[in-house]
Amino acid sequence: MSAAAFTGPSVVDIDAAKVRGAGSNVHFDKVSVAYGTHVVLHPLTLDIAPGEILAMIGPSGSGKTTALRAVAGFVRPASGRIRIGATDVTDLPPYERGLGMVVQNYALFPHMRVEDNVAFGLRAQGADKALIGERVKDALATVGMATFARRYPRELSGGQQQRVAIARALAVRPRVLLLDEPLSALDAQIRRNMVEEIARLHRSLPGLTILYVTHDQTEALTLADKIAIMRDGRVCSHGPTAELYRRPPNRFTAEFLGRANLLPVTVAEAAGSKGFATATHGDAVLTGAGRGEKAGDKSLLCIRPQHLSLTADNEHTNRIVGTLREVHWQGELTHLVLDVDGTPVRVSATKLPVALPEPGTKVPLFFAPADTSLLPEDAGV
Amino acid sequence: MLVWSRSGRLVIWVIFALIFGVLFLAPLAVILLSSLADQWNGVLPNGLTIEHYGDVARGAAWNAVKASLVTGFAASALALVSGAWAALSLRLQGPALQRLLGLLFFIPSAVPSVSVGLGLLVAFSHPPLLLNGTIAIVMIAHFVLISAFTFGNVSAGLARLSPDFEQVASSLGARPAYRLWHVTLPLLAPYLVAAFGLSFALSMGELGATVMVYPPGWVTLPVSIFSLTDRGDIFAGAALTMILVAATLVLLLGLERITKRATGA
Repeated sequence: MSAAAFTGPSVVDIDAAKVRGAGSNVHFDKVSVAYGTHVVLHPLTLDIAPGEILAMIGPSGSGKTTALRAVAGFVRPASGRIRIGATDVTDLPPYERGLGMVVQNYALFPHMRVEDNVAFGLRAQGADKALIGERVKDALATVGMATFARRYPRELSGGQQQRVAIARALAVRPRVLLLDEPLSALDAQIRRNMVEEIARLHRSLPGLTILYVTHDQTEALTLADKIAIMRDGRVCSHGPTAELYRRPPNRFTAEFLGRANLLPVTVAEAAGSKGFATATHGDAVLTGAGRGEKAGDKSLLCIRPQHLSLTADNEHTNRIVGTLREVHWQGELTHLVLDVDGTPVRVSATKLPVALPEPGTKVPLFFAPADTSLLPEDAGV
Repeated sequence: MLVWSRSGRLVIWVIFALIFGVLFLAPLAVILLSSLADQWNGVLPNGLTIEHYGDVARGAAWNAVKASLVTGFAASALALVSGAWAALSLRLQGPALQRLLGLLFFIPSAVPSVSVGLGLLVAFSHPPLLLNGTIAIVMIAHFVLISAFTFGNVSAGLARLSPDFEQVASSLGARPAYRLWHVTLPLLAPYLVAAFGLSFALSMGELGATVMVYPPGWVTLPVSIFSLTDRGDIFAGAALTMILVAATLVLLLGLERITKRATGA
């Protein structure tokens, strides 16, 4: 069955769509959501390609969960349309959208055993017994929970419960999997493992389209093909994960995704054929990857904390000087905070000189032009 | 622990024992002893006998037990269905309407039960609603008096129920009726059973409205107890009270066991 023919959640139809084959794209067409007069999601136009993981990240109240709930059908858009594949689902009830959903607190049905939880969607859709048995087995095996089928949710750890919740969502062979802060309730160690497991899962189900809502940038960076960064009900940037990280288009993206340092500079010389522009910060002349700035433009030089070094070498040719304010040792990493002409600059270092300077002393910092990018000063979306 | 010192804890226990003993145990103990008393002229009964139980069993006790159990079951079941329905429906309304209708539901519980009985008697004594002298009017009286409690219990359960359960069920393809039957109601089961238990206990002990509306041949336990004690047959009244307590306790314990089995608690 083609995506264009999709009209509802019939098990047979969804089976034909096959997670391993062609997933469905999700298209937001100027979708806005308002509660009364309060707009929580401004007109959003966004496309999630079939088989893609799109992470929506942003602070609390940024509208990311609202966008996900609009796709799920739990929030009715005030305007705009939502399409899954070729089907306009805007007016369809949630149970006719053919989705799988995993939420923060797992929401496993406590009165059902693991196998019954996983079978729930299939039974609700009237699938026959043989198909249910096969799908439950497959889904539990996919998440490594086959031996826990007869347990009740209360007999499982948080991580195991989340795996079952994922299996439950996968068992109906959804066209799109919605993950709403799925790892937020887990402790740090389990969360790291689960991120790896979800990545592994997506590698084994490459056709599965996933909308992943999180406030954790590490989860987004690890899992997502693309990231949409939300702020105040709007997407303030959207693009391939690596691109967004390396070349953030605005201040908010740079700071939210990886807590970049943003040094105010004045462009001295526009980018040449190699793409590097020259800019000045006080007396320092710096080189950074440009994006069409002209000489004289006020700009921000984006430098990641881990790209700053206390020692120079052939690559780290840019040099600025700051006053050391704070040192935070965290085992494998040491975080330094310096003041560079009134701008706080963070450094994350795995290796430091044996004798660390005392706070208050002037410290030179070095970084490579290739590890920087310029972004317009007024693009503080 | 709020009190650390040994002597402090001892004092707290003594106060608790006094309050519990005087307010709860003493009246029940007196009724129990009365039901077993041969004669009672001093501080304690002169002798013990089970004759009063025999007397009430030979009399109308069994019919009274049956009337109370049937009334309790029927009224509680009706109250449970309507209370749960109202609570589930009100959840979909706006907060203002929710508050208003919720308040209306509680009004009968704030009115004296005798007034409820009188109201029903007046309302249902003329055609086309001529229910006076029927068992139905007893059921209705009990239903009116206990429905607020079922509504309150189920509403409290719904308020504690995370919307995630129902939303996830919907996203998996469960239509509203399937979701209600397989997710919402099982998750509410402890509250439903508690609501039923409370309603049943209240119905078993209801006297004020029942005494106004009961027809001949449908004399409930509290009405029988009232009649016996009114005639001065205190010991038989006490025996019947103990039967009422036992019947209620057995049913409530049974309900608790069923809930535990059903919810796997």
